[in-house]
Amino acid sequence: MGKTIAEKILSRASGTDAHAGDLVVADLDFIMGQDGTSPLAIKAFRAMNGSRVADPARVAMVIDHSAPSPNEGVSALHALMREFAQEQGIHFFDVGEGVCHQLVPERGHAVPGDLVIGADSHTTTYGALNAFSTGVGSTDLAAAMLTGKLWFRVPETFRVTCRGKLPAGVYAKDLVLYLAGRLTADGATYMALEFAGEAVSDLSVEGRFTLSNMAVEMGAKAGLVACDDKTLAWIKEHSSREPRPANPDPDAVYARDEEFDVNELVPQVAKPHTVDNVVPVTEVAGTPVQQAVLGTCTNGRLEDLRLAASILRGRKVHPGVRLIVAPASRRVYLDALADGTLAALVEAGAAVVTPGCGPCVGTHNGVPSDGENVISTANRNFKGRMGNNKAFIYLASPATVAASALAGCIADPRPYVKEGR
Amino acid sequence: MKGTAHRFGDDVNTDYIISGKYKFKTLDMKELASHVMEDLDPEFASRVKAGDFIVAGRNFGCGSSREQAPLAILYAGVGAVLAKSFARIFYRNAINTGLPVVECDTDQIRAGDELEVDLVNGKVANLTRGVVLPVKPLPPVMLQILADGGLAEHIRKHGGFALAQKVE
Ligand code: SF4
Repeated sequence: MGKTIAEKILSRASGTDAHAGDLVVADLDFIMGQDGTSPLAIKAFRAMNGSRVADPARVAMVIDHSAPSPNEGVSALHALMREFAQEQGIHFFDVGEGVCHQLVPERGHAVPGDLVIGADSHTTTYGALNAFSTGVGSTDLAAAMLTGKLWFRVPETFRVTCRGKLPAGVYAKDLVLYLAGRLTADGATYMALEFAGEAVSDLSVEGRFTLSNMAVEMGAKAGLVACDDKTLAWIKEHSSREPRPANPDPDAVYARDEEFDVNELVPQVAKPHTVDNVVPVTEVAGTPVQQAVLGTCTNGRLEDLRLAASILRGRKVHPGVRLIVAPASRRVYLDALADGTLAALVEAGAAVVTPGCGPCVGTHNGVPSDGENVISTANRNFKGRMGNNKAFIYLASPATVAASALAGCIADPRPYVKEGR
Repeated sequence: MKGTAHRFGDDVNTDYIISGKYKFKTLDMKELASHVMEDLDPEFASRVKAGDFIVAGRNFGCGSSREQAPLAILYAGVGAVLAKSFARIFYRNAINTGLPVVECDTDQIRAGDELEVDLVNGKVANLTRGVVLPVKPLPPVMLQILADGGLAEHIRKHGGFALAQKVE
């Protein structure tokens, strides 16, 4: 019987012939924690009588969620992480390095065929690189650091085949928002999503990260993409590790299989307060916005900043809108500085904050006021997500966010865009 | 376990269970517990009594992987969470930290109903309405972890994972 990507990787990592439904204990290739989850994991590590992590070279901790620290409570937890990282000799990314889900792939720690866990739900992101990567909690992170392993139930796979070509002004973010709307917030719970079809192959690796990032918003355990030449070229540029591509067998068994035609897709927007509350941009165009956010692990990469800059260059953000830009990493920041992208954004009126999560999770860096509307490139729009439960969050592509920042209200980006991607 | 039902809807995410603005600040679970469910029901933390139940619809615990979510519920004194289905990271975290999670048809439960939850025999009795609801059994791997008192205890006891493979 043929195997899916998930079955192949979990078979390899556990040294068994694993199929959907099996339970395996598997060796991990990389393990990641961020500042919201690592402090509890350090506590659990001690509770397990842990003294040394199994392999420090395979563990990273990242300070990105509240970076730099907004108060003394957070500072104490950051200090705990620094101390642990130094004691254990693990990779450590302090304030200003960037968002964990940018850093793990950018620094070459996830390659095709890998099994990766992270104590953050959007760890699904590296599925774009044909790695099986999934989010866990702090106790699982502690067990993983201590033993180098974790248990997994091998998931069934839900294949989503995207046919056709994305029209101009429509991007990976629009595609994944559309899928979230169609599949709903629990449509893929306990399953691995496998994104396939020419619309997915056509995406850049950056665009695929956006897809895999949001797999968890449909409940999925992983958001996998097959390995192709683009993947291998990207890996060559970012990692010295040898890829072990794990592409699905032609006779792999899928628990669900659906096809979508993207030829007519229009820009999509998720309305408050759920990610699957998705409508075409035309339906909400004109809704006033007071804050626009460009960044996060979903859309804070160079490609995203360039796209926004292509719309904002030489224009001015609407006086009623605060545009906050958080580059996904220091490298993205430097690249965007070098090619003039950041200058264009700042001249247009953007406020650039520290590489990291920015205002995404409501600890600092742009908490909206009561009754305000925010349009953001992030992946979640839950009530209170950005720190105020009386604000309203809309999710969209970098192009839609840029067009809306100019207009002062939600705006269709297509009039600004000539080329599709 | 006997207690009163507190009703919530579908897709209760971990941001609603405990907001990011609190969870990044402290490891003091009692303090987090005082803000549990705040964005959905500001009165909940003060109203809930030890041994009461959170009863919700589909996809409870979706969103962030924060383990502070099951811990805040646990420290608020909640005896168990009953839902039609759970998001996978929350489900794992709950078992790892020792918060009982029960999958059953929660349409049969209204706010204020008195419930008796029998985890051993997998039954929920709605005493107010006189109905007994069957419970979807926990996967064997989770039973093994629960039997050891959570994942930290499991690892401490066995010096690593000691789970029977291919049990499902
Ligand atoms: S950017 Fe937002 S979604 Fe991504 S890791 Fe940070 S807080 Fe989570």
